[in-house]
Amino acid sequence: MTWQLFQLLVTAAGLTVFISAVSIMIALVLGTIVSVVTLSPKPAFALAGRTYISFFRGVPLLVQLLLIYNLLPVMGIDLPGIVAAIIGLSLCTAAFQAENLRGAFASLPRGLVEAAEMAGFSAAQILRRVRVPIAFRLALPALANEAIFTLRASSLVSVVGVVELTRTAQDLASSTFLPLQLFAAAGLLYLLLSWTIAALGHVMERRMRWGRV
Amino acid sequence: MSFDIGLIWSRMPDILGGFGLTLVIWLVGCLAGIALGFLVAVLRRNVAGLNIPLAAWMEVTRGTPFLIQLFLLYFGGPFIGLSLEPITAGLLGFTLYGAAYFSEIFRAGFAAVPRGHIEAGECLGLSQGQIMRRIIVPEMAVLVLPALVNMIVLLLKETAVLSIITVPELTMMISAIGSENFVFVESLFLLALFYWAMVEIAGWLGRQAEVKLASFRPAT
Repeated sequence: MTWQLFQLLVTAAGLTVFISAVSIMIALVLGTIVSVVTLSPKPAFALAGRTYISFFRGVPLLVQLLLIYNLLPVMGIDLPGIVAAIIGLSLCTAAFQAENLRGAFASLPRGLVEAAEMAGFSAAQILRRVRVPIAFRLALPALANEAIFTLRASSLVSVVGVVELTRTAQDLASSTFLPLQLFAAAGLLYLLLSWTIAALGHVMERRMRWGRV
Repeated sequence: MSFDIGLIWSRMPDILGGFGLTLVIWLVGCLAGIALGFLVAVLRRNVAGLNIPLAAWMEVTRGTPFLIQLFLLYFGGPFIGLSLEPITAGLLGFTLYGAAYFSEIFRAGFAAVPRGHIEAGECLGLSQGQIMRRIIVPEMAVLVLPALVNMIVLLLKETAVLSIITVPELTMMISAIGSENFVFVESLFLLALFYWAMVEIAGWLGRQAEVKLASFRPAT
């Protein structure tokens, strides 16, 4: 394998980073909303949230990606593969992040919420200023872990025609007959990216260590 | 969009074949993965020289996509004299992938067995083998059960990835029927429902097993 081939893989890894980063961000926002909806006192809301989590965690990501990629044109929405890929990856990751956050919301110290109530915070203020920030901190290790899963799962978007790291390795492997070297190199790049996310997670954990809950 | 029941009915043998293969790969792969994962965890704990190489192997498996591992095995294998049929490559890749996660679960389980129980065994004059067999393994088995069940259910969904290396399991069979008959979206919906039901049933069975075995949970 030449240096040139490796550089092609590194360039393609840029797209993998982009797709994963955007999906991780969207999934954090969407996952927070879904977990709050799931914990709603209104049974219909809670059921909708639970169904979302159950469906997107229960169906293989590959099937979800194929479904979204093929469903959108049928519905008259014509989007490039990369958008379908980000939508699919975000919806699925959001379900896992919602489940992680649900556990964190459930283990919030009751006293903190009561203190905020006593201080005259409205329900919305308590959610924004007390429950969400603390739940995020409690769930941080699980959230970071899921982000690493998202990075690895992003290799599946290669099946909907997005030429990211896995697809590039595949294309190069079939044209150069060097599958061993190319897939090993791609694996190495994924490993480095996984470690980067893990390191970022640790940095955030350290920075968010204000006070004790 | 409409489902053609007649079409599903006429292709039932293919659908059932794919479903059967998914189940077989999942169950065999999980059993083999649990056995291998357990072996790795035991070796890492008891054989000093193996800890670092095995840890590196596990780290690589857990840090790279399953699809890349499959490609490496299926497309790269022939270059080192390892030409495998899709099903064999798929089952082997799936087992190795699962084993990495299972070994990590077992390692955590070993670490969670209270030190005092092992010391009590030593005080009673049990050999290391007896302590392993009669104290550590049974206690660990109950401790790791929830994580184990969770992982087994997660792995069911990973079997869908095997369709990419043309293993004729459920995803491949149903999407093939869909594209042959121009009902791709409908067939994918059916597939999604299939997996959703399987995952819910597997999760339910797992919870039943947990409840049944919870009575053996050691008091810590």
